[in-house]
Amino acid sequence: MSSQTVRLAPPALWGVVLSAIVFLLSACSSTPPAALRGTGDLGVVIERADGKVKVIETTGRSVLATVDGLGDLSHASVVFSRDGRHAFVFGRDGGLTKVDLLERRIAGRVVQAGNAIGGSISHDGSLVVAQNYEPGGIKAFDANTLELVADVPATTEDGTRSKVVGLADLSGRRFIYSLFEAGEIRITDFSDPKNPVTQRFAGGKQPYDALVSPNGRYYIAGLFGEDGLALIDLWNLDKGSRKILSGYGRGEQPLPVFKMPHLRGWSIAGNRAYLPAIGRHEVLVVDTDTWQEVDRIKVRSQPVFAMARPDGREIWVNFAFPDNGWVQVIDTVSGEVTDTLQPGRGILHMEFLSKGHEIWLSARDDNKVVIYDTATKKPIGGFDSASPSGIFFTTRAARTGF
Amino acid sequence: MKLPPLVAHVALLIGAAVVSALASASEARSVAPQAGPQPERARELVHIVRQDCGSCHGLTLKGGLGPALTAEALAEKPAEGLVATIIGGRPGTPMPPFATIVSEAEAQWIVDQLMRGFPSDAGLPQARHTP
Repeated sequence: MSSQTVRLAPPALWGVVLSAIVFLLSACSSTPPAALRGTGDLGVVIERADGKVKVIETTGRSVLATVDGLGDLSHASVVFSRDGRHAFVFGRDGGLTKVDLLERRIAGRVVQAGNAIGGSISHDGSLVVAQNYEPGGIKAFDANTLELVADVPATTEDGTRSKVVGLADLSGRRFIYSLFEAGEIRITDFSDPKNPVTQRFAGGKQPYDALVSPNGRYYIAGLFGEDGLALIDLWNLDKGSRKILSGYGRGEQPLPVFKMPHLRGWSIAGNRAYLPAIGRHEVLVVDTDTWQEVDRIKVRSQPVFAMARPDGREIWVNFAFPDNGWVQVIDTVSGEVTDTLQPGRGILHMEFLSKGHEIWLSARDDNKVVIYDTATKKPIGGFDSASPSGIFFTTRAARTGF
Repeated sequence: MKLPPLVAHVALLIGAAVVSALASASEARSVAPQAGPQPERARELVHIVRQDCGSCHGLTLKGGLGPALTAEALAEKPAEGLVATIIGGRPGTPMPPFATIVSEAEAQWIVDQLMRGFPSDAGLPQARHTP
């Protein structure tokens, strides 16, 4: 074996092969390597009509990729894995899609219900929970594999199921949510995921959405069917729930609500909560120590989102159809509307950068995303996007209730 | 992942054919027996129903907080009742009255379209000026 001489290829062939190798190597190095990058400035924009999401980055305000095949996104919401790499997109059709933001592709997808509204992720990042309208209930999935771990129907004594709204993450693999028809609030504990344990609380008539405060202490459910909101102090669960702002409508005939408001932890700025009124063109201001109304601010139309800039200095408000081309800014120091903007037609959603210096707005009817500088209230960028709705940045991964 | 060029071209051709067939079908539908809204208003109404009614009833009208509005779901329902619901809303539920948004004739047209299977949304016309 070792006595056999190795026959080398003729020099001409070497010349060809070596130069080919050199060429190929140089070609490799001229295309950027699968870029090493962080995830802190990434996000997704929902393109609701086409079942697509755009993967974006906020440093250069650019679109990195468009990912297709997410089903019916007419009402979609997103939560992120703890490392900000994966977006879990909950679609209207019950689809739960895991999108890898670094590889910019779908990493997993299940259709888990007939009609869904959103979802949440456990504090340890291990469980993704979907909230469903049809069949009403919540379902927990393994965040790695998207395998079903537990199915918790929202059933009441008479056997009927309710639509689930206002799902939020609590400490210790617990989730809190409200039942639209039954008017109940429930907390389900998935500490032992195979054997979830559910506690029940009184809610109120027709809860439409809810929030958990940024510190995780309070859960507030907005009620469509009555004048008021339901509040639970999660640090004193034995005290149950109570009503706040009862009778804020003052018995007046409510104005038509062409779109239900959304509630999230962004409503809280300092020791004030800024809550969209239902059937009144007002933002209600509540003291979060006493839970008494301290002010109400007249705005242009039925508010949908009242979002505090992350520093708490401003509240940006958008509105229900047919006034969804308007945005107003409330100064939290003076308690007054300081700016009235028209960023585009059909402003469905707004998302602040984590330090609040920019806000991204989706203008559905203009097919674009517009970016405003919150200091100057002037547009500073944007890009085309087909019928955009929700905008979600990975910085949500670090926040309770997002 | 990349499709061979031939397949891509054939798919594109088939797609274009399907789209134009659907477009002509929905055009044929929108020529209602009674005088419907003007084309521009009709386009706007389709957009409103798909997008804004869609925030509760779903973009595909298969339901959400509000019930499904597909042709099958509405098959057994009397048209007059549906028109009354659009105009007057349904007290005790989140369905608001749309009397300030659409006329009764437009509501009738919308119900008629819903019962035939609602047209797809072509979006709003370009804004005259964008800020």
